[in-house]
Amino acid sequence: MANRKTLKLHLKPLNLRGSTMSDLLIENGRLVDPSQGIDRIARVLIREGLVAAIDPNDEDIPPQCTCIDASGKIVAPGLVDLGVELREPGFEEDETILSASDAALAGGYTSILCTASTTPVVDSPGAVEYVRQKAAKANGVRVYVVGCLSRQQEGDQMAELRLLADAGAVAVSDAPRPMCNDALLKRSLDYCRMLKLLIIDRPEVPELAENGVMHDGQVSLVLGLKGLPTEAEDLAVARDVRLAEATDGRLHVGPVSTMGAVDMIRRVKSREIPVSASVCPHNLCLNDKALESFDSRFKVHPPLRSPRHVETLIEAVVDGTIDAIQSGHMPRSREKKMNDLNLAPFGAATLETTLSTVATFLVDANRLDWLTAIDRLSTAPARIASVPGGTLAEGSPGDVVIIDPDLTWVVDAHQFRSHCISNPLDAVELKARVTHTIVGGAVRFELTPGVNMLANA
Amino acid sequence: MPDTGATELPFPANWHRRDLLELQCLRPDEIQTLLDTAQTLKDLTGGGRNKLSLLSGKTCANLFFENSTRTRSSFSLAAKRLGADTLEFSSAGSSVAKGETFVDTAKTIQAMGVDWVVTRHNTPGTPQLLARELDCSVLNAGDGAHEHPTQGLLDMLTIRQHRGGLEGLTVALVGDIAHSRTARSNLWGLKKMGAHVIVCGPPTLVSPRWAEIGFEVAHSLDEILPRCDVLNLLRIQFERQQARYFPSVHEYAALYAMNADRMRRAKQDILIMAPGPINRGVEITPEVADGPHSVILEQVTNGIAVRMAALWLLAGAADRQGSRHGESENPQTAPQAS
Repeated sequence: MANRKTLKLHLKPLNLRGSTMSDLLIENGRLVDPSQGIDRIARVLIREGLVAAIDPNDEDIPPQCTCIDASGKIVAPGLVDLGVELREPGFEEDETILSASDAALAGGYTSILCTASTTPVVDSPGAVEYVRQKAAKANGVRVYVVGCLSRQQEGDQMAELRLLADAGAVAVSDAPRPMCNDALLKRSLDYCRMLKLLIIDRPEVPELAENGVMHDGQVSLVLGLKGLPTEAEDLAVARDVRLAEATDGRLHVGPVSTMGAVDMIRRVKSREIPVSASVCPHNLCLNDKALESFDSRFKVHPPLRSPRHVETLIEAVVDGTIDAIQSGHMPRSREKKMNDLNLAPFGAATLETTLSTVATFLVDANRLDWLTAIDRLSTAPARIASVPGGTLAEGSPGDVVIIDPDLTWVVDAHQFRSHCISNPLDAVELKARVTHTIVGGAVRFELTPGVNMLANA
Repeated sequence: MPDTGATELPFPANWHRRDLLELQCLRPDEIQTLLDTAQTLKDLTGGGRNKLSLLSGKTCANLFFENSTRTRSSFSLAAKRLGADTLEFSSAGSSVAKGETFVDTAKTIQAMGVDWVVTRHNTPGTPQLLARELDCSVLNAGDGAHEHPTQGLLDMLTIRQHRGGLEGLTVALVGDIAHSRTARSNLWGLKKMGAHVIVCGPPTLVSPRWAEIGFEVAHSLDEILPRCDVLNLLRIQFERQQARYFPSVHEYAALYAMNADRMRRAKQDILIMAPGPINRGVEITPEVADGPHSVILEQVTNGIAVRMAALWLLAGAADRQGSRHGESENPQTAPQAS
């Protein structure tokens, strides 16, 4: 570790909120675009917020064009997250739309779907509109709203799904709560077929998971901590995929964490049932032994499982059984996480570390190539949620992430832009870091060595 | 009570710990030292007739976030018999009830100038968190279902007094293993000291996973009974059972209660132990609890001895090492990638 290139990195104060869109040429970078199967050195020209050309002719490049030299770096479509908790309105001590937007940009995200762990919950067109307006004001990452599947998230009757969709919701879900009402899920899958609306379920059977703190296994047994049994997730996934098959409804399950879940998803996918799945980065690199520290930053949901599950999840990401990697960003304030393991809530701020986690534990470990990694982090989630992005094909949004794959850095959660400073990979050295995040042709985040690092710029 | 304050006790060379958080992390020689020291102090205090001044000028804070009578009293007496002052703190009616976190409460208590914090909490790992935050010594008096190290030590001391040692003995822990911190401390302690340990109870309270880490798992008390040198009958913790793990107390007693009939089928010299408080008629019948094989009250007496030993050893290590600051002990819990 000592001899590796560890740059002392400093972040430029983020004062880009008003930055104007201009023509942008990204040169000398290694373009990795899974949507087009491109992995080579290429130039990307962005004009008026859209990708104008890959490898444009010199005469097509406007003279006032801003150039970014991406030598030695990876240029990829901006990352897309299938489920971020924004916590606003109602829990602004955990996160606001603005702080989450800044965190997302620093993590290379250009689009995030936000789930409704708020009060009030987002079960009405007015609430969708509130989030959209707040996000527009933040003027950072693109925020897509996931509306509630059931009214008040009570799992009793459908929310006004068509009206939510009309107001701009791109998917519906009761996440982070699981959908416990089988009949309601079945009817909703039926109903949403008409709306072509995606349903996201966070699979868990509450009765089996009750009061659990960590993965139910040998480690929880020895620590005397209440376990979250894998069956709690397996049974919910089994029901989910079966109902998706029965209704032909569009369903996404995730994040998942168990071998059983992977097994069932693999089986239904072989029958071409339109089910997709996602996983969180920490579930791909950490296991339940981390809880031996009794440190609440490892109290995440789904929980860190035993090594066998971790390995199975990696294989599923590699072979595509699991379509997408989502950050699992569940911000919770410091005072909440400071509690003992029973009282501390599940949660972690992971938007700013997801890409580097994948790079370190999957790409650098030769489990995944960059093309596949970017697919799982960008192209696949954009496709699942049917939102723009995930591609740098001509005419698509100028949403780009530039990554220095050789930069190593040590995670310091206190420097996060998120209000939450709890992260299971805190103090760990990671490889690869986002250097630029470009949304609609405007540079919204830039990592600059040499400037004093200011937290929460 | 005569004060034999002049007593000088040589400090064991192998003892360097300033906290007693769990038995799982202790080496066998450290457990040996704790038990030997407990025996020495028990003899020196003559079972409470003599008071020593080994720890005079020091203060022990009992910081209990969960109800306790016997453990708390035992720690208080242990501190007093060695000449230390005690400070009692319980969560009811305190600032904890006003929303203060337990770490803040512990720091407040420490700021009053204490040398040990004895803590009990219903969440596993809280003593570990306190040890990370506090400069004084931390003693775990029970953290949820995780460990209760002094209970494990007093059980071992009691067995040792009757059998001269622990190696080669077959000890069964019977009952609610799942929710028992006493069980976990006994399991690790006994295993390290060379005993064969059986965990016995219904499968809902005794996980088959115990077998994966070196313990014998049994569901029938009658089957294992003839082999056992010691039975430790754990209390059914009604207050911890959020779900029903067996059909009825009646059925539990039929399967696992130690009664006169089972005593006849046990070894002649079997020791009957229980961490208490006991539910008479549930895990043990009165004639067994009060019978000649029962060492339940000796366990209570030995509790004071092991707590004296723990207080003295931890204080000695702390005195020899000075402040924790600057130590490399600060547990950096960087996770291990799998």
